[in-house]
Amino acid sequence: MVVAIVRRVAILVISVLVASIVVFAFMAVLPGDPAQVALGVNATPELLAKTRQDFGLDRPLVEQYLSWMGGVLHGDFGRSYVTGEAIGPQLLDRLGVTLWLVGAGMLVALVLAVPFGALAAVWHRRSGGTAISGLSQLGVAVPAFLAGILLVQVFAVQLRWLPSGGWTPPNQDTGEFLRGLILPALSLGLVQGAVLTRYVRSAVLDTLGQDYLRTARSKGLRPYPALMRHGLRNAAVPVVTVLGLQLATLLIGAVVVERVFVLPGLGSMLLDSVSARDLLSVQGIVLVLVVAVLVVNFVVDLLYAVIDPRLRAAR
Amino acid sequence: MSTPLKGRTSPTLVVGAVLVGLVVAAALLSFAWTPHDPLKVESTARLLGPTGDYWFGTDKFGRDVFSQILVGARTTLYVGVIAVGVAAVVGTPLGMLAGMSKRWLGEFVMRVNDLVLAFPALLLAIMLGAVYGASTVTAMIAIGIATIPSFARVARSGTLQVMSTEYVLAARSAGRSRLWIARRHVLPNIGGLVIVQCSVSFAIAVLAEAALSFLGFGTRPPTPSWGRMLQESQELLTVHPRLAIVPGLAIAVAVLGFNLLGDGLRDRLDPRLERR
Repeated sequence: MVVAIVRRVAILVISVLVASIVVFAFMAVLPGDPAQVALGVNATPELLAKTRQDFGLDRPLVEQYLSWMGGVLHGDFGRSYVTGEAIGPQLLDRLGVTLWLVGAGMLVALVLAVPFGALAAVWHRRSGGTAISGLSQLGVAVPAFLAGILLVQVFAVQLRWLPSGGWTPPNQDTGEFLRGLILPALSLGLVQGAVLTRYVRSAVLDTLGQDYLRTARSKGLRPYPALMRHGLRNAAVPVVTVLGLQLATLLIGAVVVERVFVLPGLGSMLLDSVSARDLLSVQGIVLVLVVAVLVVNFVVDLLYAVIDPRLRAAR
Repeated sequence: MSTPLKGRTSPTLVVGAVLVGLVVAAALLSFAWTPHDPLKVESTARLLGPTGDYWFGTDKFGRDVFSQILVGARTTLYVGVIAVGVAAVVGTPLGMLAGMSKRWLGEFVMRVNDLVLAFPALLLAIMLGAVYGASTVTAMIAIGIATIPSFARVARSGTLQVMSTEYVLAARSAGRSRLWIARRHVLPNIGGLVIVQCSVSFAIAVLAEAALSFLGFGTRPPTPSWGRMLQESQELLTVHPRLAIVPGLAIAVAVLGFNLLGDGLRDRLDPRLERR
């Protein structure tokens, strides 16, 4: 067990390092000079030279990488080439918004997928099961941003129940914060919930035919309690894998949904930085998102062992 | 594992094939005929509702929405075919390599694979767009690269299964080379899995292209694209919801079609699943 964890941690650390090199190299091969890109074509040579020196762009690439990475490890993402402001604090702020959105979206997905997926499995070959499967197929085919646009149209424009966008920090006005979070979370979560429903269904379907469920039933457990106590736990292993992959999808999906609902998250910061040609910010945000995906995958790997003791012994 | 062409026809497969056929037909038709020039700006015909002349109405520039949908199908398929094609051609051999080679090499390939998995299509496309300027090509490359890992995974697990069979053992003891085994036994047997993955990946590629064009990181104007039509519809949504619903439906039909087609083909391949 310990060896397996150490191995996994080592893989995570190496992956993060390689990913950071990839992100850095990607921005470094840029045709043209970041200072020129940031200042525009009309910048004087003196100003360019000064900017280059200020931001250390005249140093060798390896040195630039090491100083960038060294800073990142201390939470210092450098200063924006465009505004001159520190990137780290803003990044942290924006990450908070995105994490609220992703968390709420995941919650919506889970609340939908676990009961509906389990019901679709129990009712398979019956009209109820077919209806759930059909609806989940349809849900998978709707892009999150389209769901967002339609939700805004119905609940914000026509019914006027909820705000169509904008962000209220949770510590400022909790009620407004929650109201503002509902539509974005739904547009992210509905689609992922549809995807997840299909996996929950097939995982529960697998456990339904197993001997231990028959044993539980023969002990006198009624069908639903038996499914709750024995079926769902066993179905959890494949579902957790998908959940991990979905967290990554949600994180990226949030980029689009933030755009629809004008939320000040990491995604809109990324898009704004790209249009402002603020490449150091782009570099920092991409790194944070990629590392987040790697960490999620790492946690999912560890969770297997917790949920399924058999896998613990095997590794 | 049998070839995907045998067995009974499931409704899933038929519906999927029909929907995909519809998208392909729209794209092919657009080469020969569209009711109007999809790019023609007609200032007297702005924001018309559906009429006999303009079946789905016109947009804020007076362009015919139906013609744009037809040509948009071309964009969608173009991006999907290239992206998924590249991913399949690169990912499948990598997965086979990982499944057939020495343990450390296989492990290494899969680790690199996991790393690529950490760069989703959207992020790659935004990075590429930031550096080279966004276009259909950057979107295509990004989606293609991001799709490689799923092919490598599928190919690897299929290869591992084939490699543990007795006929491979027989071929190996007969002194056949790895390359021969890969060509004669592994590839034909995992071919079905790869085709299923193509269909499923195509659905994801359609969604990714739409999202990218919606964000302004995909197809550039004036080339018609369903995602960009949605983005352009956003400001007029309250008055003309039709402008969002039509391209939205087109995207949903394409994604649903490729997903169902993939599911139907998978059922054919795996009789255990079909009984459900």
